[in-house]
Amino acid sequence: MRKGVAFAGAAVVLAACMTAGLMVGAAGLPLKGVVLALADRLPFVEAHSGLTPLETGVLFELRLPRVLLGAMVGGLLAVAGAGYQGVFRNPLADPYLLGAAAGAGLTVTLVIVAVGDGAAVPLAAFCGAAGGVLLAYGLGHTATRGGGTATLVLAGVAVTSFLTAIQTFLQQLKVEELQRVYAWILGDVGGGWEQVAMCAPYAAVAAAILLLHGRLLDVLSVGDDEASALGVRAGRVRLVVLVAASLATAAAVSAGGLIGFVGVVVPHAVRRLAGGSYRVVLPLSLLAGGAFLVTADLIARTVLAPAELPIGVVTAFVGAPFFVTILRATRKVET
Amino acid sequence: MTVEITDVGVDLGGRPVLRGVTATAREGRWLAVIGPNGAGKSTLLKAVMGLLPCTGLITVGGRPVRDLAPRDRARVLAYAPQSPLLPPDMTVHEYALLGRTPYIPYWGRESARDTETARAVLDRLDLTALAARPLERLSGGERQRVVLARALTQQAPVLLLDEPTTALDLGHQQQVLELVDRLRRDDGLTVVSTLHDLTVAAQYADDLLLMSGGTAVAAGGPGEVLTEELVTRHFGARVTIGAGPAGRPVVHLRRPTG
Repeated sequence: MRKGVAFAGAAVVLAACMTAGLMVGAAGLPLKGVVLALADRLPFVEAHSGLTPLETGVLFELRLPRVLLGAMVGGLLAVAGAGYQGVFRNPLADPYLLGAAAGAGLTVTLVIVAVGDGAAVPLAAFCGAAGGVLLAYGLGHTATRGGGTATLVLAGVAVTSFLTAIQTFLQQLKVEELQRVYAWILGDVGGGWEQVAMCAPYAAVAAAILLLHGRLLDVLSVGDDEASALGVRAGRVRLVVLVAASLATAAAVSAGGLIGFVGVVVPHAVRRLAGGSYRVVLPLSLLAGGAFLVTADLIARTVLAPAELPIGVVTAFVGAPFFVTILRATRKVET
Repeated sequence: MTVEITDVGVDLGGRPVLRGVTATAREGRWLAVIGPNGAGKSTLLKAVMGLLPCTGLITVGGRPVRDLAPRDRARVLAYAPQSPLLPPDMTVHEYALLGRTPYIPYWGRESARDTETARAVLDRLDLTALAARPLERLSGGERQRVVLARALTQQAPVLLLDEPTTALDLGHQQQVLELVDRLRRDDGLTVVSTLHDLTVAAQYADDLLLMSGGTAVAAGGPGEVLTEELVTRHFGARVTIGAGPAGRPVVHLRRPTG
């Protein structure tokens, strides 16, 4: 019952945020016009929106792909964060803090510098994301046997700095590409329909795999020995979820650039509101992450209008203080 | 189901932790594994559960544990570790329901029957009133009962309990042990548990296995295993063994005099 209410609530919030995202901008669009114009595109529906051709163009060519990409990237980052948290049994795990995003960032920069944009970008991002996580995990694991929650994050920070340094080096080597890479790094969901189409298949596969593992992540949360004693092959579940979360991160990073804190803030808020079961946390994070990033994008493009703030700046502004409160909460549990 | 342990050895990090351990836990009886710290008691339980690679042979109901697929193994053996990890915001009912995991396919979800089984176990252990409570808000005694509930929900004929009464006060210790004994008698469960308190082990277990330095040094009824000579030699403690209720031995510490 409570679960149903939570899902309905999250869906309503996401729809509201997306509608706001469609209406607000340099040229404000009326709610009625937006709703009617969207309805008109549905099969068998005939509606007159009353929007001018210019407004219709803004709605369908600029706002709609932007809002969809924002929702997709935000949902992916949040659900990937929740997946990493389940795999590592660590509420602070996040695509950005684990080095996954930086790994993807490095490999994508490599591809942009070497061959330009193209179909290789998501694949490169995936390899980078998976490599970044494995590096952070290996480092955290060898530094302290078993490792505490903070150790993994510290290792992730080290890996992130290292990979970012290599990336910066590459960028400086190829100054003519600098502007493009730089804009991409700070995060941007204004990539248009092309980016939506590129990101969508990866997003669908990754999200589906993650959502289907909610029950098994709940089993893993009691520890590896007990999960094994319950008949679950813990290592295999871990690997599958790790790959899916890295794929989600890769899709998000290749479409939206490096956007931090979504993966740690959103699942944490969801847990507070709807309980800790991954069967609830994963799908709700997907919805709430979308709503969060669409809202962040709305703020990013209005607060300094007509200039645009990089969306990563907005999420960091909200996320960093939030992160500190989560860190304090987990510290209390550990001691 | 009878658990047969034959010439079992375990190496951890290149160091031999168990050597040539042979023991039997007969169907419907309670075998208590006792011994000083570091004797390999917990390791033996983990080896029986199949959580550690071992040499030798361990069979349950005549079938080698290592030949069982993980899910099949979890249907005959239920295991509760010494310090279980209890996710703070998981509810008691959700946690008990985890015991149904070996009956649910990889992509599946709990059936109505699984939910009913978990509910019935909670009812049996007087935990129904706590069903919706998060694990972080339980007392020590309640936590121990909840862990037991999860193991029972597994409906396995063999229960492996690693120190089920650590960190419990006397009253809660008694409550948990009586509960295990009642379940054992009612359901015909085979119980294998490590217990550090020798008198408690003698009171509840049918058979004792004394371990020391990674080997089994004595096995048999409480009266046969708990002798002053064996306890002094393997625990380095000065004790007097007295006669307790039902002829079961009681271990008293003896202060040096003079």
